This record gives sequence, C-alpha cells and structure tokens, in this order.
Amino acid sequence: MEEAHPTSTAEVAEVLGDATSRGLTVVARGRGTKQGWGMPPTSADLVVDLSGLARVLDHQAGDLIVDTQAGALLSDVQDVVGTERQRLVLEETVPGTTVGGALATNTSGPQRMFFGTARDLLIGVTVVRADGVVAKAGGRVVKNVAGYDLGKLVIGSYGTLAVITEAVFRLHPLPDVERWVVTPVDGPGRAHELAQAVVHSQAVPWAVEVDLPASGPGTLGVLLGGKAEGVADRAETVRRLLGDAAEVTDTTPPGWAAYPAGPVLLKLTFALSGLRDVLTAAREAGVHVRGSAGAGVVHAAADDAGALDALRAVCARHGGSVVVVDAPDDVKQAVDVWGPVPALDLMRRVKDQFDPEHRLAPGRFVGGI
Amino acid sequence: MPGMPGVDAVTQRARELIPPEGVITDVARLRTYECDGLSHYRVVPALVVIPEDAAQLAGVVGACAEHGVPFVARGSGTGLSGGALPHAEGVLVVTSKMRTITAVRPDDQRAVVEPGVINLDVTRAATPHGYYYAPDPSSQQICSIGGNVAENSGGAHCLKYGFTTNHVLGAEFVSPQGDVVQLGGIAPDTPGYDLLGAVVGSEGTLGIVTSATVRLVRLPEEVRTILVGFASTDQAGAAVSAIIAAGIVPAAIEMMDALAIEAAEAAVHCNYPDGAGAVLVIELDGAAVEVAAEYDEVERLCNDNGAFEQRLATDPADRALIWKGRKSAFAAVGRISPDYIVQDGVIPRTALPEVLKAIAELSGTSGVRVANVFHAGDGNLHPLVLFDESKDGEAEAAEEVSGAILDLCIEHGGSITGEHGVGMDKARYMPRMYDEADLDTMQLVRCAFDPDGISNPGKVFPTPRLCGEVPGRHKGAHPLQEAGLAEVF
Repeated sequence: MEEAHPTSTAEVAEVLGDATSRGLTVVARGRGTKQGWGMPPTSADLVVDLSGLARVLDHQAGDLIVDTQAGALLSDVQDVVGTERQRLVLEETVPGTTVGGALATNTSGPQRMFFGTARDLLIGVTVVRADGVVAKAGGRVVKNVAGYDLGKLVIGSYGTLAVITEAVFRLHPLPDVERWVVTPVDGPGRAHELAQAVVHSQAVPWAVEVDLPASGPGTLGVLLGGKAEGVADRAETVRRLLGDAAEVTDTTPPGWAAYPAGPVLLKLTFALSGLRDVLTAAREAGVHVRGSAGAGVVHAAADDAGALDALRAVCARHGGSVVVVDAPDDVKQAVDVWGPVPALDLMRRVKDQFDPEHRLAPGRFVGGI
Repeated sequence: MPGMPGVDAVTQRARELIPPEGVITDVARLRTYECDGLSHYRVVPALVVIPEDAAQLAGVVGACAEHGVPFVARGSGTGLSGGALPHAEGVLVVTSKMRTITAVRPDDQRAVVEPGVINLDVTRAATPHGYYYAPDPSSQQICSIGGNVAENSGGAHCLKYGFTTNHVLGAEFVSPQGDVVQLGGIAPDTPGYDLLGAVVGSEGTLGIVTSATVRLVRLPEEVRTILVGFASTDQAGAAVSAIIAAGIVPAAIEMMDALAIEAAEAAVHCNYPDGAGAVLVIELDGAAVEVAAEYDEVERLCNDNGAFEQRLATDPADRALIWKGRKSAFAAVGRISPDYIVQDGVIPRTALPEVLKAIAELSGTSGVRVANVFHAGDGNLHPLVLFDESKDGEAEAAEEVSGAILDLCIEHGGSITGEHGVGMDKARYMPRMYDEADLDTMQLVRCAFDPDGISNPGKVFPTPRLCGEVPGRHKGAHPLQEAGLAEVF
C-alpha cells in the first residue's frame, strides 16, 4: 500500500490524476479516527492522507462563516472561530476528528436536534474527483440556490464519490450561558414520556439526550443555551416538566456528545414517537443506548451484532434504520452492515458517474459501492 | 400535434391513465400554461397533463421516457426564474390536483403532503397541534410545496430556520424513467447517499417529487416584530451588523429602502415611518423571557445606530400590517413603475454597504431606478429594477443594470440566486459563478438521474453534458452525434 501526503487541493488533484493513470484504488484518510467505519474497502492501493491540509483558511466573523481545509481538526476550527465568540455546531463525537472525516461519515451530536447536521451547516465544498478534476459547489454565502448541492451528496458518502479538500460552513454565535437539566429515568417508558414532554414544549431545547445502560436506571438530559435570563427561565420550565428528581447544572453531564463504547457500535434512527419501542428493544437485547431522543437518532454499544435483526425490525416499524457503524471485521463480514437501502439503483448510477472505475474506497459503502 | 409522434404517443397513454379533463391538447387552453411567474418567457407546451396521483404521474413520465419526450413539472406556476417554463415539444406535468395533506404527525414533528399542496396550508393544518411549517416564501398563500422543493425556496424566516432543504426529510419521487422511488423518510439519516439533498433545489431537472415528508416546527411562545425607521440604508445596515455581532439570531431581518417603502405605501398603506431612508423589519421569536431580553438589546442597538422610530407589534394584527408592507413589496412596485425586473442575488452580509453604494451608482449613471428590498440578515438582495417597456431602450437598460447587479454579487463572493432559482433566466450566468469543471461535475448528477436529458431540459445549465462521456476523457465526437442521432449541443 502506498501513501500520499498532499498539502493542498492542487496536490490532491495531482495525486488522484496519477492514481487514475496507474489504475490505483484510493482511500482518503484524515486522522484515521473512523477509518474502520463502513465495510472494509475491497482494495486500497493508495491512501491519501489529508492531515497535511490542516489549515483553517478564513474566518469571516461578520458573515458567520468559516472556510477550512478538510484535514483541519474540528477542534482547531472551534479554536479559531471561538476567538470571536462563534462556533461550528458540528460536535466532536469522535475525539481528534477532522472536518473531512466528520463530513465523510456524517457524524452528529446532541445539538443536531436544534441546529441540524452537517448538511444544514455546510454551505460550500471543494472536492477532487476520482479522475483528479477539482470541482466546487455552493459558495461562501448561506443563502444560495445556484446549481446542484454537491455538498449534500458527499456528506456521509464515506469517500466513495470524491475526496473532500475544502469546506465552508455557516457558524452560530456561542451562547452566553449553557444549562443542562438532568433527571434519572428508570426505563424506556419514563424516558419516552419525559422526552416527549420536553420536545413538544416551547422551552426551545437545543438537545434532548437519553442515556440508558443495558440494565438499571439511566438519565435524560436537556441542553438549553442563549441569553442568561432566558436560559434560566427555560431551564426552570424544563425542570418542572422533568419532575422533582431533575437538577439544573452548568456542568456537561458525563458521556455527553460521546458515542457509547463497545466493540460493536450501531446507529439507530426512528420517528420520535418510536422512542419507547426502540429503547425497550435495546433493553431486551442488553445493549447500552445513548443519543438524541429529540431527533430520533441514538447509538447503541453491544458486544456483538446479535441484536441487529430485532433492532432493525423495531426501527423499521418506526420509519427508521439500523447501521453497523463500527465492528470487528469478522462481525461486519457476517452481517448486513448497512441494512435495506431504498433507491440503491439510483445511488449506483451516481457512483458510476463520479467514479466509473470504482476506484474510490471500493466496497466500503451501501450495496457494495 | 403534427410532426410530434412522441407527443402523440404520450397523449394517448395519458388519456388511458388520466380522466379527460386532466389531459389538455386544445391550443387555447394550452396557452394558459405558457409561462410561470416570470412572464416574459412564454412557450406553449405540446401537451398539459394534470394527474391526480403518483401512479398517473409516473405513468405519463414513463411514456415520456419511452418516447424520448421532454417533460416539465409545474406546481402553482409562481416561480420567478422560468423554472416551469414549458417545452414546445414536451409535456407540462401540472401537480395542482395532487393537493392532499396525507398526514399530520405532531408527535413525530412531521407532515406528509402531496406536491400540489399550498405552502400556507401545511401551516394551517399543523397550527391546531401547536406546530407550523417554517419555510415561508412571500408567495406562500399560493405557491406549492412541490415548487418549493424544486426551487429550495427560502423566505423571510430562513435566517434562523433554514430553507426548504432543511425541512424536507423524505420524498416519494418519480425518476425520469418513470420509476417511483423513496428518498429519505420520516426518520433522519437514511443510509446511503443523500439523494434527496441533491433533488431538493434541482429545479425539476432530476425528476418529479410526488410526496414530501416535511418537518414541523413548534410554534414559538412569543413573537415580537419590530419596525424600525432609519435615515439611510447605511445606518440600517450597521444596525443589522451590530445585532448579528451581539450573538442574536432573529427569526428575520428585512430591509427596504426609500423607493421600496414609497411603493409599499402606495399599494397597501402599511403606515411605515414618514421620511425613512430605510426601514428594518426585525422579528424575534422563541421562549418569552429570552425574546424579551433579546428585544431590549435589539432596541438599544438600533438606537445606537441612528434609529429615529421603533414600533413594536406584539399582537397578530399589528404584526400582519408590518409584514404586509414587506411581503407585498414586489407587486407594489407596479404602483410606481409600469414594468420592473425582480432580481435575486446574494452577497456576504458585511458587503452590504459597499454593494448598495455600487447599485446606487449604477442607477445614477444609467438613469434606471432601483428599489431595494432584501433579506438583510443573510445578504439576499432583491433589487427591483424599474422601467417602462413602452419607452425606447428602457427595457434593455434595465436588463443591463439587473445583470450588472449580479456581477456585483459574484465579485463580492456571493451568488446569482438566493431563492428564486436559476431556471431559464440565469442559466447563462452560471459560468460566471462556477468554472467548467464545477458545472461538469454537477451534471454528473444529472447524467445519473436523467441520462437522456428529458426532465426539464434547458434549465439551470447553459450547456448540457453528453452523458455517454467518461468524465475527463474527451475523445472526438459523441457517438450519438456521429451517428446523426443527436444534434451538437
């Protein structure tokens, strides 16, 4: 396996152009924190290491945007924009992740409930195609409907369509204060009722997180942010909704914005009203669940993939899906990592157009793409 | 229709699928569909079909695919870029009979609607449950969700809440082959490529959405709308910058200049402050105490930047009056000018003073009047370029100024369209914003979805890509071209 260490979009283009003429398969890598996610590529002649594209290029505070190279650490971006009391609301759910890695795998944290995910924050993108051609879409303004939104296509594409080299994001102001309201919950039923109460309140919760271990009590945590007076009042509203055991704190609760730990990591999605059923199935399967009760996306940590079918059935009943995000290779080979994928034929056609020789991370993505 | 055997075949198929009143071939009636909201482009379609459901629609599209007949989707026909301009040898697929709100699911914060459903009706259906549909283009009383999805419509409140693309979670979609495909769903993050993200805003060039699953947003506890008068747009712009710098994200910040105010007053008597060189409409929403705190700060920041009058509307009637002036601004300009061009461009918010000055200079040197209405919070300008068609050369001069304004937007790192779309109108400007490789790459998506180029051809891209080409490798003439089966594009 060869490695390339480009330091600019032009150099990435050169590397991919060369790989094209030599017919090499290519896998892109940032800091490698999620390199094991998805199916293992069937071939990887060349690893393009993007950690040399680590610069945060431009922060325009007045316009609430940041332009960054894809190999920049997410934490470096936060440091730069933080100097002007701004932030990119793309939470670092995997420590040490790069911008490009977060985009390629579409990771998201608690605040997706209010602020959305990468697709809602990315406003411009530069990619290098499999054939070495550099292309950009979007731009540097939040509002822009000129041309196709290629950014959305590459988000969550696991490096199978193109290599992301530069990204422009919209930013948000850092809140003056943040408060968490946390309550213990004894099981799925209570977690569901309380989550629904907060989700449908007018307290403008930024996140509603459930953390339910394989057995025993768990917690429901609600994040509120904004101006001090407003947050205090909203926190009090939420505290009343959550009951006597709830506490208001300015300390980040343990495990907040981190995926639960275990050899097998699953991502479960569902319509909000399905929370109780999903948590119940997880509990029956003996897996630890943590994630956004307010968005319908939780992660589960398990010892093996034994619960996969049962969880898939319940999530499907609520309009969602289960993906095996990370697992030992033997587990991945034994199960259907991605599960049923609608519109797969169209996805294959998109792949065939962008990477007709299937040289970018072959086999890593849905349907063997 | 003579000389169009493909259209004849599609007509025949349509008659088998759709009740007679939904298949229009009479020239006089076809003519009523000759344009959308951008009425200076007119093309009479060869056939109009008005399907009642997805199966009928898919059947017609399938027949179009079989016979190589182009089709164009149309919702309410309010688009401002000619995106729904018919094709002379093609079929216009009108979704106005697909108006069912299939489900309102407040527990899941979702609604499922057919494409012909009127934007405002989604909010009307959700309000009894304490919810609403956030994207609110000014035409929300008549525009359809299908059109919104095609154009990725915005509106005054997208500063805080985002655009259509941020609120559509799933869609039933008819591909240009006539296949019915499910994209996304009621739950987030469907595995696989985000094809829905590509389809929303693709202006009908990738296929037709026959059902949309949209996000419903909780109604805020408190809404405060403030009308603020300033002596100049510079002062108003400075106030906007100060509000943003203070870390406040209002639901909306709209600006109108003196000429736009004059027009709105003439049309709807909205009683904006006398003698204002600019007004801001600022809306704050959210939890009551938070909104109150933000309001105090916004009021102070406006005063610091020279506001001479501030009016707070808290009840719905007052609020509606403030918004009436703003939302009627485009049409209102008809009161002060016989003809006008509605431009739509975007600049970085911080470039506002500079660009407004440049627009004023353009107006001064050309003698063409420009009224400015814009979403100041996100830098989306809607200059209204005034002219009188009956006077020699005025239309051309207006067109020139309008184009120069787009150039200003591009020079300042902005966009040629923030919400009206590229459509027919701005395809020629696309190469000014994107280079050949960018446009070529976007069209890879087109080739994946619609290799024969029958879905709304001629829109968005100035030059279609021949889909048989292997990317980056151009060898001689295209095989279809060589065989005499296709013309040079």
